[in-house]
Amino acid sequence: MKTFRFRSIAAVALVALTLGACGTSSSSEPEDTSLTVYSGRSEELVKDLYAAFTAETGITVNARYGDSGEMAALILTEGSSSPADVYFSQDAGALGAVEGILEKLPQNILSAVGSQYSAASGKWVGVSGRVRVVVYNPTLVPTPPTTIDELLDKKWSGKIGFAPNNASWQSFVTALRVLRGEDEAEKWLIGFAANKPVAYEKNGVVRDAVNAGEVSLGLVNHYYLYEKIAAEGANKIVAKNQYMAPGDVGGLINVAGVGILSSAPHKSAAKKFVEFLQSETANEYFRTKTWEYLLSNDATQPEGLPSLSELKAPSFDLSNLKSIEATQELLQKVGLLTK
Amino acid sequence: MRDDVGMQRTRGSLVPLGLAFVAALVSLVPLWYLFVQSLSQGLQPFVDELFQERTLSLIIRSSVLAGGVTVASVFIGTFAAWVITMSGLPGRTPLTIAFSLPLAIPSYLSAFAWISWQPRLSGFVGAFIVLTFACFPYVMLPVAAAMSRLDPVHEEIARTMGRTQTAIVREVILPQLRRPIAAGALLVALYSLSDFGAVAAMRHEVFTWVIYGAYRAGFNPTRAATLSMVLLAAALALTFAESFVRGRNDPAKAGAAARRRDSRVRRSWIIIASVGTVAILAPSVGVPVINVIEWMGRETTRAVSWSTVWQATGQSFVNGLATAVVTLLFALPVAWCAVRMRGTLASIPERATYITHALPGIVVAISVVYVGIRAVRPWYQEFPLLIFGQVVIFLPVMVISIRAALEKTPAMLEDVAHSLGTNATITLMRVTLPLALPGLLAGTALTMLAAVKELPVTLLLRPTGMDTLSTKIWDFSTLSDYAAVGPYAVAMLILAAVPTALLGTLSVVKGQRS
Repeated sequence: MKTFRFRSIAAVALVALTLGACGTSSSSEPEDTSLTVYSGRSEELVKDLYAAFTAETGITVNARYGDSGEMAALILTEGSSSPADVYFSQDAGALGAVEGILEKLPQNILSAVGSQYSAASGKWVGVSGRVRVVVYNPTLVPTPPTTIDELLDKKWSGKIGFAPNNASWQSFVTALRVLRGEDEAEKWLIGFAANKPVAYEKNGVVRDAVNAGEVSLGLVNHYYLYEKIAAEGANKIVAKNQYMAPGDVGGLINVAGVGILSSAPHKSAAKKFVEFLQSETANEYFRTKTWEYLLSNDATQPEGLPSLSELKAPSFDLSNLKSIEATQELLQKVGLLTK
Repeated sequence: MRDDVGMQRTRGSLVPLGLAFVAALVSLVPLWYLFVQSLSQGLQPFVDELFQERTLSLIIRSSVLAGGVTVASVFIGTFAAWVITMSGLPGRTPLTIAFSLPLAIPSYLSAFAWISWQPRLSGFVGAFIVLTFACFPYVMLPVAAAMSRLDPVHEEIARTMGRTQTAIVREVILPQLRRPIAAGALLVALYSLSDFGAVAAMRHEVFTWVIYGAYRAGFNPTRAATLSMVLLAAALALTFAESFVRGRNDPAKAGAAARRRDSRVRRSWIIIASVGTVAILAPSVGVPVINVIEWMGRETTRAVSWSTVWQATGQSFVNGLATAVVTLLFALPVAWCAVRMRGTLASIPERATYITHALPGIVVAISVVYVGIRAVRPWYQEFPLLIFGQVVIFLPVMVISIRAALEKTPAMLEDVAHSLGTNATITLMRVTLPLALPGLLAGTALTMLAAVKELPVTLLLRPTGMDTLSTKIWDFSTLSDYAAVGPYAVAMLILAAVPTALLGTLSVVKGQRS
């Protein structure tokens, strides 16, 4: 009896294993009815988008939300037994950190965006972009600066707001280090620190301070202004965005991006999900709900935003954002990070 | 006779000792991961990472912060305890509840409240203020319990012998408060070493800041694990310091029926107590609560979903309660061994539960991920493993609370029960636990309070799709949508009022009535 039961269990297990193996090896898996996404993007920003994917494909999205960097550590710690299929990160640096356990994406997915917005290894692809801008208060500043070197002018002493903890600010400094070299970057940062910039906890607070006239300028991402306009109405908002001069490192474009794990249990669903993030449904969502840039060259951008070709953002390999820790050390050295 | 009973007790202690070691193993789970991870690149990189000037400066910065917060918390906590129990200020229970409320406010929320109100505070001063006003209840609760048990007879005897009031405080009262102060100070020190919320918002660079940075910005878990080793060592040193301060005498006496303190009301005491109460409550409760209320009035595009608020509140309640109850079960044998048994062997489990308490939440979370996905795959990202992770974090809080409760129940009564032929289990059920019950409930309430606001472990270990108040607050604050944070923060305060009220009632009023 005992032997019999053992045998039947073994047989069932064997069948299951074989089926499982077939499932993962064949390229089309009609049996994928769900998918696990590790989402470094906030639930409030993307849950409706995930719901739209489910509505369109019938595939349930099990989304785990967390900080992008912590999620990268989570994936690395889990290793090959990770339940995750897709890692959707707030920034490229965290994606670069887990490249080793991501799978190369199909060409159609990679070529849907400009080549500077995906990994050289083809392991992750940018989904939406954010541009660094100077948010300014026009009643205090009729003509805001358009290059980062103008920010060092003494007339801005004590009048610039920034968020030292913010990842996008630190990404900008990383770009500065890579594009100008460590010495030049340090020189700029020392000059910036000498201009007594006002530190705020978050980008949103910087924007509010500019709008209220506490400071004249703020170094933030472009969409913070649109968030506030959506919350309070355009007529109540004084602040405006100034985009940087073409090629100026201050106008860096950061991306949120996505990759599929090599160990993903539901690869076909994962691919469908990434393709969905590039679909017109998703594009419309990013245009109207998060006011982010779309990364294909011919995409229609959110209303009122200059096109990517007009912006001419500095060309910068986003995989460099892995070196944020070195940036933090430099910021510490010049006294712009911790106290 | 005494020795004989003592022997019996030790022999009957193998079961609790075994259970205590099991609990110790649970709390040492992070060590498995930390050793593997910190040595993953070999010994040399580990040594190089550790032995550099930066580490030394971090040790100094962390020690100064933790030390400063601990000293300040001891003063404020002891003063608050005095206000509640001895000053004669009316409204003991509401006062205890109000003074315990800071335990329910997450440090990242109060830090953000402070920094948005007074941006200049960033750095050491801000971190010091936020942590001190978050931690002093850890000292206040045990000290208030001890104060309400002080027998005024000793003071009267000293007075008739011609001692001055200062001498009485120094020679009679303080020695009796030494243990609760030491216990509370240990919790404060461990907590302030591990906290990230306050130092992050205040941008004060200490170990936790660098460890979080190693995960979030450096993507360098080996570095995080290596630096965590220093915190483990610091925690170990602190537990030895605490046991040195508390000594080995046994203050429990049979029929600890403290006589009523004379109820003469001293006007000057009432004035000092009232002023002090305001001075403590304004920064610890006032600043964060006023901010939260102000957030509620801000504009947002996101409509408040009250059903989500309600669900998250329910989930936080369930998680907090489950954590508290399971932690109690694990902590009981540990505390019992620490109080009732002699020798180093019995104190090992207790120390073991403390040392991981100085680790930042993210380190504990990642450790439990590492072990969980390898050892108990079916539980991974399920409720049991989430509670397990929380138990690792909160065991010390519980052990310290119920250790005090067990110390109050005289071992003599257990001896009497033994000598009357009652076996160990029945003695535990019918003598020890009922006597310690108020203390056990207070420890459970305290743990639940702390567990409700816990974030890093909940975030990484929760079952997919589970929302709690702390995860919702985190989610909206990453978007800087404080209008949306408001309802969840208010719900957290209201939810916290339940265990806090229990805590307030149990820890002081009960002691006073006897």
